[in-house]
Amino acid sequence: MAKGKKITIIDTTLRDGSHAVRHSFTKEQVSAIAGGLDKAGVDIIELSHGDGLGGSSYNYGFSKTQELELLEAASSQITNAKLAVLLLPGIGTIADLKEAQKRGATAVRVATHVTEADVSAEHIHAAKDLGMFAVGFLMMSHMAPTERVVEEALKMESYGADYINLADSAGYLTPSGVQERIEAVVKAVKIPVGFHAHNNMGMAIANSLKAVECGATYIDGTLRGLGAGSGNAQIEVLAGVLNREGYDINADFYKLMDLAKEEVDPIMLRPQIISNASFMLGYAGVYSSFLLHVYDAAEKYDLDPRDILVELGKRGMVGGQEDMIIDVAYQLKNGLVK
Amino acid sequence: MADKIKVAVIGPGNIGSDLMYKIFRSKNLEMTMMAGIAESEGIKRAQSFNVPTTIEGVNGLLKDGDPDIKIVFDATSAAAHLKFNGPALKEAGKIAIDLTPAAIGPYCVPTVNLDELSAAPNINMVTCGGQATIPIVYAVSRVAGAKYAEIIACISSKSAGPGTRANMDEFTETTSKAIEVVGKADKGKAIIILNPAEPPLMMTDTIHVQVKDTNVSFEEINKSIYEMVDELKKYVPGYQLRVPPTMDGDRVTVIVQIEGQADFLPAYSGNLDIINSAAVAAAEKIAEEMLKGE
Repeated sequence: MAKGKKITIIDTTLRDGSHAVRHSFTKEQVSAIAGGLDKAGVDIIELSHGDGLGGSSYNYGFSKTQELELLEAASSQITNAKLAVLLLPGIGTIADLKEAQKRGATAVRVATHVTEADVSAEHIHAAKDLGMFAVGFLMMSHMAPTERVVEEALKMESYGADYINLADSAGYLTPSGVQERIEAVVKAVKIPVGFHAHNNMGMAIANSLKAVECGATYIDGTLRGLGAGSGNAQIEVLAGVLNREGYDINADFYKLMDLAKEEVDPIMLRPQIISNASFMLGYAGVYSSFLLHVYDAAEKYDLDPRDILVELGKRGMVGGQEDMIIDVAYQLKNGLVK
Repeated sequence: MADKIKVAVIGPGNIGSDLMYKIFRSKNLEMTMMAGIAESEGIKRAQSFNVPTTIEGVNGLLKDGDPDIKIVFDATSAAAHLKFNGPALKEAGKIAIDLTPAAIGPYCVPTVNLDELSAAPNINMVTCGGQATIPIVYAVSRVAGAKYAEIIACISSKSAGPGTRANMDEFTETTSKAIEVVGKADKGKAIIILNPAEPPLMMTDTIHVQVKDTNVSFEEINKSIYEMVDELKKYVPGYQLRVPPTMDGDRVTVIVQIEGQADFLPAYSGNLDIINSAAVAAAEKIAEEMLKGE
């Protein structure tokens, strides 16, 4: 059944990986990486601030180079792949999307918390009106029961999404949780389904393979796994695994390996390993991009990062609530946590 | 001489009903009509308090309402305010307090600029997040200037109605602009996050301001912020500092929480409470001027 099944590969090194380099990508770096990904046969290349268009801020970290300039640099190097941006309603706007389109973006992934799909309606509609490929992206998909994930996916389908992407933004899920969600959504919607993994529990490749086995046909990865928390599914490995399992993919995993070694190894701020705190993200079910902000707060308030993470998990914080790291750290430090 | 000014509400939904309860408590406003466009729970609720009602919207209000109604709250939608309610109220010479993002008139954040606006025929209440955060931005900018101000508003999913959900960009864009126009920051940025946790979280907002003049002492900035919080508490008793001001280089950070008064909406809906409380505070100020003038 795997034999010859077409799988579309999305690289998000230049978006999720932006977290891991504290949003410091330069035009030269994105040109080299985007050009290399295109030549390696990656189908969709995602580039924006890690928190999507308009993410450059105190809350999420300022971009060293404006994402619009980076988009321009990347698009000049791409001939075959779609150039995608991430957009989180509440952070980015349709005005930002129009600017991104002018700089070469042809696709957008509109991301909401798994229970809040209805805030994506205006943005998915706008993307379709602009003639863009539009993806409905449900973040933190571990936080809702499967029936609810299905309901929200159906909403995004009804707004005109071209496919639904489930994100395990906290790297919380194990393969059985992925299976349950992907199978249910694949069964419910008439459009393709994709999956975005984080490696906080060491499950990124296994979860991605499970998603594909359960009917997902769009899969995310990043070079060297560069991404928030413990990173994403390592794309050169993912491509190799899918290749050996007999799936039909455009991407050449040898070229991806070379690109990772030549262009990504030199710019990594730290090895993309599962550290104690980044494992705790997955264990406690906390949004992966909180990690570096938690390190900063732990240092400032002289706390164990793991204590901050566990408290954030208990409070049910969702993607984008980086400001609550300061809140939790302040309360832990002052004995205000019950 | 009358001791109260007659007011009406258009839009008998959650916001309009909560406004009605707040008006009942007011010392100088008299709830004189509730206008809707259909029979609804909100219309029945108003009737149960013997408030006259109409289901013909702004036209019904102008035709059948007490001609002495001087101030009208619009709690409908931006489209309705722009197309119908705003122009009709202007034509009839009534002061409109616009709770929609239409913003025909100037932005009003009572603790910052109400004195400048009380003569305007139509004032706009910005957004819930704007009402909660712009006073703090202004408290910093008035003593140390503001190059940039950024706010992150977190509201519980349950207190974000379909209007907010369908128009997220209106929130971010209107709030960003008002941070500049009213908060006096050179550049404003607003982020909104919906959180579905149960039990629902209280509205929480984070405010970051990059100051212009780093020679101004933190003590002075801190004092200005605390004074502003005292002003806000006069009409939003549940407004409090969750994380008191801190300063890191040229950046001041504050986290606030707003517990609603639970007049009609639950206490966690501090977002709805603060915009309604601000609207009523603005109306009271205008009424006070009117009563003095009589």
